[in-house]
Amino acid sequence: MTRPSRRLRTPLALVEAQPGPAFHVTFDGRTLNALPGQTVAAVLWSAGIVSWRTTRVDERPRGVFCGIGTCFDCLVTANGVPNQRACLVPARPGDVITTQRGDGHDSV
Amino acid sequence: MVVGAGMTGAACAWYAARAGLRVAVVDRGAVAGGTTGAGEGNLLVSDKEPGPELDLAMLSTRLWRELAEEAGFAADIEYEVKGGLVVAAQPEGFAALEAFARQQRRSGVVAESVAADALPELEPHLSRELAGGFYYPQDAQVQPARAAALLIRDARRMGATLHTGTTVTGLTRGAGGEVTGVVTDRGTLRASWVLNAAGTWGGEIAKLADVRLPVLPRRGFVLVTEPLPRLVRHKVYAADYVADVASGSAALQASAVVEGTAAGPVLIGASRERVGFDRGFSLEVARLLARRAIELFPALEQVRVMRSYLGFRPYMPDHLPAIGPDPRAPGLVHACGHEGAGIGLAPATGHLISLLLTGQRPALDPAPFRPERFGDGGIADDGIAREGIADEGAVDA
Repeated sequence: MTRPSRRLRTPLALVEAQPGPAFHVTFDGRTLNALPGQTVAAVLWSAGIVSWRTTRVDERPRGVFCGIGTCFDCLVTANGVPNQRACLVPARPGDVITTQRGDGHDSV
Repeated sequence: MVVGAGMTGAACAWYAARAGLRVAVVDRGAVAGGTTGAGEGNLLVSDKEPGPELDLAMLSTRLWRELAEEAGFAADIEYEVKGGLVVAAQPEGFAALEAFARQQRRSGVVAESVAADALPELEPHLSRELAGGFYYPQDAQVQPARAAALLIRDARRMGATLHTGTTVTGLTRGAGGEVTGVVTDRGTLRASWVLNAAGTWGGEIAKLADVRLPVLPRRGFVLVTEPLPRLVRHKVYAADYVADVASGSAALQASAVVEGTAAGPVLIGASRERVGFDRGFSLEVARLLARRAIELFPALEQVRVMRSYLGFRPYMPDHLPAIGPDPRAPGLVHACGHEGAGIGLAPATGHLISLLLTGQRPALDPAPFRPERFGDGGIADDGIAREGIADEGAVDA
């Protein structure tokens, strides 16, 4: 048995994608590479980040669960707006993505 | 034999099992798969005018408290006596609320007048444009799907059996025409009593016994906001909600019913329209509900709605449920047609049914709930068949 090569496990290679030029977003101040068409969740996962929210009661870490917009587990704060589904929101150049704590509203 | 594993069927099963009856629950879907899973779990006395339904609600208020505190379900079913606050925009509306509350108090309802300048103490984010309101401390809430599931689990502990994914397709009849059991797609089950707790689909079960029970679907949407800090403390609704509930019109009615949840999202109801079993999303309704909610809580304007869900209330022409044995089909008993109050009325319904089936004195007069009160006029004449056929393609199997 041989381990599948790194290249084969990249979906970009699998579908022979030819994406447009990469751009940058930030996550908690850290600069990340993003490709056109990627969701915020895809950008974060590509960078090895799997958690970007803490739960409201026990402050447990959360990231993508269903990945298709149904479960609302992957909520994130993007450009200051909390409670957005990272798995649906497209990444845009210059997006400022931050870890969401609790409901993401310090005050209403 | 309980047909229907929603809140009403669950409560009937629990009280019957506790009374020592042998109980089986069948449902074509899952526990709480119908209207029970599509509501807000309100246990309200505030919206009910004096009469049989309020009497049933008062009994239920006591029984829910017993279930929560004595039977130990409180935490698991998210039982919360949060209190209801009904508000009026105009002085005339406030005066009407006062007259309504005065009548309700004679039935044991606690209703406290809240002047406009005292409203912010109860609800800090409420609009300052209101004329006043009434506070109903007995109004409470449960998580209905959990409540139904836990009552059924406890009934099973007492010996009841549960058959989900089992569709009732017919009834077996004895020599004298009496109902002796149900035919399902998984076989025949015999029973001394067949209890119709099929909610909005109760008319179809009745039809299997060749009796008419005019239960019609009355659609309602609920909007779910993003999770928020505690913005809404009570169940808050506009005075016109009471009139909407009592209306018999098929046209769309929407009055704001706003409440916070333990998990953070705010729930926004309540629309009512009779459009058959149409499960299509309605932007018109969603917009109307959002607008009405913002009128009550201006801060909601900055809040996003994450999703919505809909359900079909089991509507009866006189807004009273059908509870009790059906003299037209001996062996058949009904417990359905509670419209939007089924979660609240479930324990009283289950309690009443178990008393009736064990030959004991009912806790209150069951006469107003007689299932045969609508007569046997042609089944095709009351809209069930028409709405059913028109929307056949949209019915969830």
